[in-house]
Amino acid sequence: MSANPPVLETKEVTIRFGGLTAVSNFNISVPKGSIVGLIGPNGAGKTTCFNIITGFYKPTQGEVFLEGKPITGLPPHKVCEEGIARTFQNIRLFYNETVLQNVMIGGFVRQKSHWWMPPLMIPSCTREERELRETAMALLDSVGLGKLAGEISSALPYGAQRRLEIARALATKPKFLLLDEPAAGMNPQESQELMDFIKRIRTDFDLTILLIEHDMKVVMGVCEHIWVLDYGILIAEGNPEQIRTNPKVIEAYLGEEATQNA
Amino acid sequence: MKTPNKNRDLTLTTAAVGLLLVFLWWANGHLDNYKIQVLNLIAINSILALSLNLIYGFTGMFSLGHAGFMAIGAYVSSLLILPPVQKEMIYILQPLIWPFSVLQAPFFIAVLAGGFAAALLGLVIAIPVLRLGGDYLGIATLGFAEIIRVVFTNLTPITNGALGLKGIPNYANIWWNYGWCLLTLFFLIRLINSNFGNVLKAIRDDEIAARAMGINTFKYRVVSFSIGAFFAGIGGALMASLITTIDPKMFSFLLTFNVLMIVVAGGLGSLTGSIIGSAVITVLLEWLRFVENPIDIGSFHLDGIPGMRMVIFSLLLILIILFRREGIMGMREFSWDSLISRFSRGGEAR
Repeated sequence: MSANPPVLETKEVTIRFGGLTAVSNFNISVPKGSIVGLIGPNGAGKTTCFNIITGFYKPTQGEVFLEGKPITGLPPHKVCEEGIARTFQNIRLFYNETVLQNVMIGGFVRQKSHWWMPPLMIPSCTREERELRETAMALLDSVGLGKLAGEISSALPYGAQRRLEIARALATKPKFLLLDEPAAGMNPQESQELMDFIKRIRTDFDLTILLIEHDMKVVMGVCEHIWVLDYGILIAEGNPEQIRTNPKVIEAYLGEEATQNA
Repeated sequence: MKTPNKNRDLTLTTAAVGLLLVFLWWANGHLDNYKIQVLNLIAINSILALSLNLIYGFTGMFSLGHAGFMAIGAYVSSLLILPPVQKEMIYILQPLIWPFSVLQAPFFIAVLAGGFAAALLGLVIAIPVLRLGGDYLGIATLGFAEIIRVVFTNLTPITNGALGLKGIPNYANIWWNYGWCLLTLFFLIRLINSNFGNVLKAIRDDEIAARAMGINTFKYRVVSFSIGAFFAGIGGALMASLITTIDPKMFSFLLTFNVLMIVVAGGLGSLTGSIIGSAVITVLLEWLRFVENPIDIGSFHLDGIPGMRMVIFSLLLILIILFRREGIMGMREFSWDSLISRFSRGGEAR
């Protein structure tokens, strides 16, 4: 691991739903500026971890730190305010709104004016809104969606919707970005583009990125460090090469026999 | 949305408002009282429909409490404009208690006070109730509206109980009503077209995503609900002064139902739709009165059936929900651009 200070740290995070321990003793530390991955078989608890980090679930035990500051138990909107943005496994756009509006909604969290200002035509508010619109437009241009700004978001093709969801998350000006299966449902061509895109936004927006992904080509292609989760327990971590050859990982994915025959 | 033809749109809008004012001035001098009453009702129904549309159509909160907020607005404003002599005369069961017996305010302030009282109550109701979602919210708000009605029936020293208030000064003329209607429309257009409006729509479309985007959804649902309650109170206050008599029975669920019908028929999530819906439904409701009168078709005689209008309207609402769920306008709004391109191309402009 690099010497950069961690952006995100989780310490012994455990969550139980009734009698079921969905995630136990989840410890990760994500260095600033890195792209890291969280993988594991279906139902391993990856999205649960995302939901804990982003405040949708409150962990039964353990703590989450963002740049050393505890954010455990904060509601989702506060977590976003602190600088964590996310996308969803099943794309969740605001489908009745235009592409531009979607991104502007993402920018709302950094907006200073209050709700009663626009009807009273307060100049500072009008100015801020105009600037927000311009920033949103610039952001859309930089992710290649500028031409589609006026389209209703539900009319976009699948790949563009994924891209828009990331753009919307970027509009909240995050320090740390969580991507939940960004390559799901993409063909090899599209996932190649996605990999380049993820690397580009990391440098352009000065981000640290954690992604959940099943597409091993994408995971191995972009992640510098990988954690493997199985039945809610971290079973391995390391760089892509270590993960590829780790017998525990192969066992988790393919079963015990495969490991013996390998 | 910002259009490149901002100046043109501003001119056209000013012209349209001017035209409306000329029409109202003409109507005020030339039409009979009945027709003027219908025009007044259109304005008030527009205010009510716009406010419910903000709550239900734009923020996605299924609220059935509108009649309750209207009642608050109506009573507060009426108590402020009733002359003291009239107050002494109508409170025959129990005299009106002190602060209300002497309080007086000009009409504008009284209506505003009605709005603020409704907004305050909206805020108080919203905080426990908006933790619910969907149908549960509808049931809870309906319950609150009924509670308000029952309280008003029994709070005789303030509301005069079931007798209601009579002889409320008829200040709400066509200018007040349309003035408030335009003010409401302006406020809501500015609100909905701002980024705050986008946020409300985001909460409606996907609350989970909205929370992940850093939006305090509960807070903004409460804000939206209270703004809606405010304008419902305004509408109620104007309604009270227009018909000069109010009693708790008037603010039953049926009143909410009427507003809901306008909003759904006009289009959930369209301000334009609410205005068009109010005009169409108010006129239809009046025009359809003929079905309640005895009808002779040749030698065939039909006795008038009271309440037949509402049967027809309920059927209409069912038909709208079955065949055109999005209402007249859907989520679209009127814009000069679409109107002009429609005329110049003579066809589909959307």
